[in-house]
Amino acid sequence: MPQIVVEQLVKTYQIAERTPGLWGAVRGVVRRRHRAVRALDGVSFAIERGELVGYIGPNGAGKSTTVKALSGILVPDSGRCEVAGRVPWRQRVAHVAEIGVVFGQRTQLWWDLPVIESFELLRDIYRVAPAPYARRRDQMIELLALAPLLDVPVRQLSLGQRMRCDLAAALLHAPEILFLDEPTIGLDAVSKLAVRDFVKQLNRDDGVTVILTTHDMDDIEALCTRVMVIAGGKILSDGPLEALRARVTRERWLTIDLVDAGAAIDDPHATEIRRDGHRVCLAFDPQVVAPAELIRRITGRHAIRDLFVENPPIETIVARLYAAHGEAAGGAA
Amino acid sequence: MTGALRPYRAIVSARFRMLLQYRAAAIAGLWTQLVFGLALIMIYQALYRSSPAAVQPMAFAQLASYVWLGQALLAMLPWNVDADVRDMVRSGAIAYELARPVDLYGLWYSRAVAQRTAPTVLRAAPMVVFAGVVLPLLGAADWRLAPPPSLAAGAGFVTALAAALALSCAISVLINISLIWTLGSDGIVVLFTTAVALLSGLMVPLPLFPGWAQAALGWLPFAGVFDLPFRIYAGDLAAGDLAIVLARQLGWTVALIALGRWLLGRGIRRVVVQGG
Amino acid sequence: MSGALRLYRAYAVASIRGQLQYRASVVMAAIGTFVATAAESVAVWALFDRFGQIHGWTLPQAALLYGMISVSYAVCDVLGRGFDAFGAMVKAGDFDRVLLRPRSTVLQLFGQDLVLRRIGRLTQGLIVLGYAIAAGTIDWTIARAALLISAIGCGVCAFLGLLVLQATSAFWTVDSLEVWNAFTYGGLMMGRYPMPIYRRWFRAVFTYVFPLACVNYFPSLAILGIAEPLGAPAITGWLAPLAGPVFLVVSLQIWRIGVRHHRSTGS
Repeated sequence: MPQIVVEQLVKTYQIAERTPGLWGAVRGVVRRRHRAVRALDGVSFAIERGELVGYIGPNGAGKSTTVKALSGILVPDSGRCEVAGRVPWRQRVAHVAEIGVVFGQRTQLWWDLPVIESFELLRDIYRVAPAPYARRRDQMIELLALAPLLDVPVRQLSLGQRMRCDLAAALLHAPEILFLDEPTIGLDAVSKLAVRDFVKQLNRDDGVTVILTTHDMDDIEALCTRVMVIAGGKILSDGPLEALRARVTRERWLTIDLVDAGAAIDDPHATEIRRDGHRVCLAFDPQVVAPAELIRRITGRHAIRDLFVENPPIETIVARLYAAHGEAAGGAA
Repeated sequence: MTGALRPYRAIVSARFRMLLQYRAAAIAGLWTQLVFGLALIMIYQALYRSSPAAVQPMAFAQLASYVWLGQALLAMLPWNVDADVRDMVRSGAIAYELARPVDLYGLWYSRAVAQRTAPTVLRAAPMVVFAGVVLPLLGAADWRLAPPPSLAAGAGFVTALAAALALSCAISVLINISLIWTLGSDGIVVLFTTAVALLSGLMVPLPLFPGWAQAALGWLPFAGVFDLPFRIYAGDLAAGDLAIVLARQLGWTVALIALGRWLLGRGIRRVVVQGG
Repeated sequence: MSGALRLYRAYAVASIRGQLQYRASVVMAAIGTFVATAAESVAVWALFDRFGQIHGWTLPQAALLYGMISVSYAVCDVLGRGFDAFGAMVKAGDFDRVLLRPRSTVLQLFGQDLVLRRIGRLTQGLIVLGYAIAAGTIDWTIARAALLISAIGCGVCAFLGLLVLQATSAFWTVDSLEVWNAFTYGGLMMGRYPMPIYRRWFRAVFTYVFPLACVNYFPSLAILGIAEPLGAPAITGWLAPLAGPVFLVVSLQIWRIGVRHHRSTGS
């Protein structure tokens, strides 16, 4: 029995239109036009307990709408949704007591209060008993290295520090499901790694189901075994990361550092996609030419200092997926 | 000439456009002021009815016009700070402001003009229509905004109002400049705006203040923004007094502009020294 | 219920501690608010100095009206910040966080912020009330004193109800929240003077729609011992204040409808 079940969710928003210019503004005083936007167009998926799922898509694709419906904030127009046996929006209070949500761009902590006081307020709000709270709090403090931050007002924290505190805050009441919305946005490299390690450990050791919404593909590659791609309100892809890659392209990239920066690479099976000084990036299809064969041909003809073979970055994969969807939808997405 | 004025014109036009976007807010504000105006009129009428004519400084019809003018032209009163300036000072972005290739006082004065005129024009027209035309139609002619008693009074009013705008903007800019020192602290801002509201005749028409206070009130700069032009309109001040009124208004305007320029210079130095 | 009170106390303590970090700013703002409200008192005083009385009410009698409503509004101002600033909250999308917590939205919003600087207005209101009690010729009984306090409390409920309605309207339109100022600030201004000076439709709105007269004018009649000019029975002054809490309860029901609507349409 999956922990989260979503079936044919539909949600349409009415957006008011604004006509530009001074005359448009005057006309807008008299009459407003509305445009219907289908944020969710029959979204369906199921998530088992303990999964770590990435949920990606372009802006306006329906990611945050899905998360809002799953967390009980939003009531969809139609469709079925069950989280841990409850319909989120029908039993809001009972449901939100079992989930944690972290927004990357907004903190839930009280701006002027020391972190520990925010934690204590949350303990009161979530009605956590003193002993489990103390245990959980100390566990979070240790895992996220929060000890030096406890007495600091939230407004004085750096972005990375605040994110760690927000993570802890969202988990004080030991929820079974954690929603992360852009958790690493704006963070420095060290903080990003800390956040990723923490989420990985939380999922592995405590079995917390994690749904990660992000634009940062490094997050996806580091954390998620399963990725769902949404665009235009529809799920385009749902499955292991490798399957996503394979579905969009078999392409691999060969990057070489030439001794002679001006040398032209001319090979029937490789396409030059980028050149930056000495570094040249070539795309090829491993099913048409084996990587070893291509390397042999290129190094035979040119003097090389270094080379490596990689998959195209997931951004490219996803961008191609969006573009293909856009074309299929007649460019209306 | 027009080329030099372009940045200033752009500011005023942008403000208009922004205000037109918020049609709901405009109508809401209009509604609130109509309610206020009617309530005030009813209060003053009750006061007039239960008192001898000796204590009444002007006819009720004139007082009614005074009240409606105050509501209609409310946005012209320098009683709110420019939110942009306050945010700039708080965030330190004021440093960018100083780097602009225009005369800073002129720029801030244009901001004040925009802030004072755009909402006034949008608010005054419907209020004048309501108070001047609709009220009599509803059978409440004694509450209406009556037209000026003579052409001279009307012309005098328009002239005095133009000077009042200049004066109001000068006061506005001064208040905004003071934010550099007060750092947008709510308490100080409230003190300023309270003083303006009380001493300009908005809370209580100045002629209704005790006799011994009138002289002092008349000499303050605030009287020139509302009280003096309104009284010319209502005929409480003879049209011939226009020269004195203009002298007071423009005298204060010049003085406050000079003070503002000097203060802004000091403010710039302070911001630069503090590092923004 | 005790859980709710306990949480409210936690909120209040947290809010006060947060504000006390900016002690100087709070004090300045409180002084500023006091001066602003005192200026209004000066305006009212000036009118009575010239005209002597309004509709037969002298300055001390009007001061009772003024003091009561000022204190009611000031207390509401301190307590109701969450609802007062709700327009900004909805616009910024911060209401989502309220919905994500397993407590009632009403409790969370009431606990939002205890605005200390409004103490300035409260002080001014108490001073005016003090003047009304000292300078007036009120025939005090225990019952009348109790009525005064309960009327002020019911006035707090009435103004809170108004703030709740204002916040609810933010679900439909964030830009036109100013309409409510006609009732809050308008009511505050008009409540200083006896109701009969206003036209019938004004009186009707402020008695039956937003029950300002019920929490202010009618109890004042009973306290001052003035017979109701339109012939209503004497008991009116004693029972009328209950309209305040009733109004608040009704407003909270409408709020719940608003939340339901918000969750169905999204942002």
